[in-house]
Amino acid sequence: MEILNLFLSFLKIGTFTFGGGHAMLPLITEEVSSQNWMTMEELINFIAISESSPGPFAINIATFVGLRMAGVLGALMSTIGVILTSFVVILFVARGFEKFKENKLVKACMTGLKPAVVALIGTAVVTTASAVFFAESAVIDVIKTIEFYKALIVFIISLVLALKKVHPIKIIIMSAILGILMGLV
Amino acid sequence: MKKENNKMSLFSTFFKIGMFTFGGGYAMISFMQKEVVDNKKWISEEDMSDMIVISESTPGPISVNVATFVGYKVAGVLGSFAATLGLIVPSFLKIVLLAQVLDKLQGNEIFQNAFFGIRAAVIALILKTFLNMLKNAPKNGFSITIMISTFIAALLFGIDAIYLIICAALFGILHSYIFLRKEKK
Repeated sequence: MEILNLFLSFLKIGTFTFGGGHAMLPLITEEVSSQNWMTMEELINFIAISESSPGPFAINIATFVGLRMAGVLGALMSTIGVILTSFVVILFVARGFEKFKENKLVKACMTGLKPAVVALIGTAVVTTASAVFFAESAVIDVIKTIEFYKALIVFIISLVLALKKVHPIKIIIMSAILGILMGLV
Repeated sequence: MKKENNKMSLFSTFFKIGMFTFGGGYAMISFMQKEVVDNKKWISEEDMSDMIVISESTPGPISVNVATFVGYKVAGVLGSFAATLGLIVPSFLKIVLLAQVLDKLQGNEIFQNAFFGIRAAVIALILKTFLNMLKNAPKNGFSITIMISTFIAALLFGIDAIYLIICAALFGILHSYIFLRKEKK
């Protein structure tokens, strides 16, 4: 049952994610918390691991969650689930490539979808940020802790580097070193 | 005979793409373009850029979409299988190995400190994706309205991403329909 459940969850995630990558986060976050796959902290760790190792994020996260919940078979079914819709849809599109490109209905859908996806990634920023900064307790208490400022410093440095188009892997390595150094203080 | 070779070649090329590209999604595109368009000449540059646009309007990860499409163009449905399988195998194996290492490191203090830093950096990386997409998003009244209302619905009312995506697509159709009617008059 767990395996069927994993398959269906990832089928849902794959079907309703447009554009891939970070666009997948809001759906993953919802499933992760409703299905108790892992804590928010573990999820954010995994996002970093996925960004600093090869392969598409969707495949990485599906394999990881599947493996954890139901072994190698679970990993296999989750991965198939996350790509199935994409695979079938593209097979159809490939047959009528020209028609699909000019399809008015598809274009009309996209005028609504595009801004919605942008907004959903915006909400992913907020949920991740609140999980990192306010992991321990409520807003007021956290601001007094040293952990909050440590995280804030790493965040600001990372953001400046990211905006300067430094490669994500370099940023992740830098933040790991900063984390270790701050742990010594 | 030649077709068999095609499928092997599809598998190995996408295996390479899955093995050596980091971050997935848009980060993968330039590498895929080089392999599939420049080296193998499987599809034209125009097909590739159309494919990117189509990927945005079909579900699932971009890299899976491109693999399925290219596979189909070169060797039909079996070609799609070969290419997609090639893409996901490296990622799958990597995660299976990685999961074991991660579990062992879980209790290690240095590891935990490193990931404390990394989690803060991840917020910056997602924020950067968001800012990029925001910059490229259409800035008309309709688009901005969808963006703001999706953001509020997701964050304040906790409505599932799936419903918001469906609603946004429907509003896109509705809006385009009204807009086209007006233009005709």
